[in-house]
Amino acid sequence: MSESERSAKLEVSGVSMSYVRDRRRRLVLDRLSLNVMAGEFVTLIGPSGSGKSTLFRLIGGVERPDEGSIRISGREIAGERGHISYMPQQASLFPWMSVAGNISSALTTAGVGAKEAAALASQWLERIGLGDVAKEYPHVLSGGMQQRVSFLRALLMPRDVMCLDEPFAALDALTRAEMQAWLLGLWEAERRSVLFVTHSIEEALTLSDRIYVLSRAPARVLREIRIPFPRPRRADVWKEPEFVRLKEEVLELLQKGAEADHAL
Amino acid sequence: MDNNIWPRRALLPVLTLVGFVLLWQACCALFKVDPWILPAPSSIARNMWEDAPRLSGQLWFTLRLALKGLGLGIAFGVAAALLFHLIPGVRAALSPLIIITQNIPLIALGPLLIVWFGFGILPKLILLVLVCFFPVAWSMLAGLGQAEPHLREYLSMIGATRWEVLRRLELPASLPSFFTGLKMTATYSVTAVIVAEWLGASDGIGHYLVLKSKGYDTAGVFSAIICIVALALAFYGLAALLEKLAIRWRPARRGAAQGGRGA
Ligand SMILES: Nc1ncnc2c1ncn2[C@@H]1O[C@H](COP(=O)(O)OP(=O)(O)OP(=O)(O)O)[C@@H](O)[C@H]1O
Ligand SMILES: [Mg+2]
Repeated sequence: MSESERSAKLEVSGVSMSYVRDRRRRLVLDRLSLNVMAGEFVTLIGPSGSGKSTLFRLIGGVERPDEGSIRISGREIAGERGHISYMPQQASLFPWMSVAGNISSALTTAGVGAKEAAALASQWLERIGLGDVAKEYPHVLSGGMQQRVSFLRALLMPRDVMCLDEPFAALDALTRAEMQAWLLGLWEAERRSVLFVTHSIEEALTLSDRIYVLSRAPARVLREIRIPFPRPRRADVWKEPEFVRLKEEVLELLQKGAEADHAL
Repeated sequence: MDNNIWPRRALLPVLTLVGFVLLWQACCALFKVDPWILPAPSSIARNMWEDAPRLSGQLWFTLRLALKGLGLGIAFGVAAALLFHLIPGVRAALSPLIIITQNIPLIALGPLLIVWFGFGILPKLILLVLVCFFPVAWSMLAGLGQAEPHLREYLSMIGATRWEVLRRLELPASLPSFFTGLKMTATYSVTAVIVAEWLGASDGIGHYLVLKSKGYDTAGVFSAIICIVALALAFYGLAALLEKLAIRWRPARRGAAQGGRGA
């Protein structure tokens, strides 16, 4: 365990955070601790409003934690921006930039030279089959295509940790399944350190190495679950009995959290 | 495809206009209206034709002055919008002054400027800049602040610098409102230049207008009015054309976005 702790890419330890609303302090994160190893795909799953996006804002340095530390590659980064790449729920492509321009401009923010960024963007767009729309404005793309571009933009940024905040929530079920398979293939080839947020238990079990199940706000880790399925992961892992068992376990945890809340 | 729709859309307004002119002509002939009260369209046209060299010379003079004032006004407007946007304190400090200057009637401000700066081009330019800069500055300022929150959030999450946020998000996002302001300013500038010339000039359509109205040459007055309206329409058209050229993304949503702003 101490061996693996040393290679943790992202370490969140004892982080608390509260917002002031209606002149009252509301605790959103309660001494939350979690980590992502190098090349690991870790998923946060928890009720809506539990503070997952807030955690991302802390890791991104947009907000500062009230207490606790956030380390990337062992270095304290709380309140510092520019250490992560990010894929938001909405594709968030800039409508006035071409598809390729959207990717390359994000890369220049991460310190890639302009020429190299442009070359990378066109080369990878070609590779994921979007070469012929590289010069178009994003509005000509379908929702799924926009999410692919958004993911590529996050993947290509030379940053230690990728944070993906419910990237497929806005997609229909079929496109979503397609996108999961696509992302799985691309991620298994690249093996970046990923922190992923989703509301879908199946999505979490299909993609992740490890899952943190969070409670309602203020968010605590209810359970940490290691997903035993081998990599590269088959698209039909959901047929495994172990998958069904894990799904029930997570569902029960989430339901219990909700009941405890009602009891209060 | 656009070309097929455009004449049909233009048909009705053109018909109304032609009908109006014909009615005007008929009334003048029927009731034998004195030409110094209301000249018939035909005599206005004849006057314009006969006076064409002088009119075009005056129009050229006015056009140059208007363009100079407009250019300066836009430059000041954009600079002010950026300054106010980037340093909020400046906005709070200066906006009362600016609002005051915008509420002084041109008719009052013009003579004062002439008293202070003489009869040269300077007071006219100042007047024009004061009129032109405001719509540009205010609409652009609004546009700079209205950039989509989720794009802003994305940029802060990846650690973009202030300059990158301005260049990649706020400036492009402000373009539609900038052009709304520009179209307004383009037409204001023509009115303002006429007022400036009316107050003191030896050339220009405004000056021509003064001469003709003092001489009860009503056909001449109408000729000047037609030139002024044409100039304002041309300026507006130019601004609209520039907008089309500059904003080519999101063609389907543009109409909706403008409708929303109008409401
Ligand atoms: N800027 C803010 N000011 C005040 N309260 C906020 C702010 N941002 C978030 N909150 C509150 O913090 C809590 C957690 O919000 P957050 O967006 O992190 O939840 P989430 O887990 O991402 O939810 P979801 O799954 O629905 O995206 C919510 O109760 C929300 O109302
Ligand atoms: Mg969220």
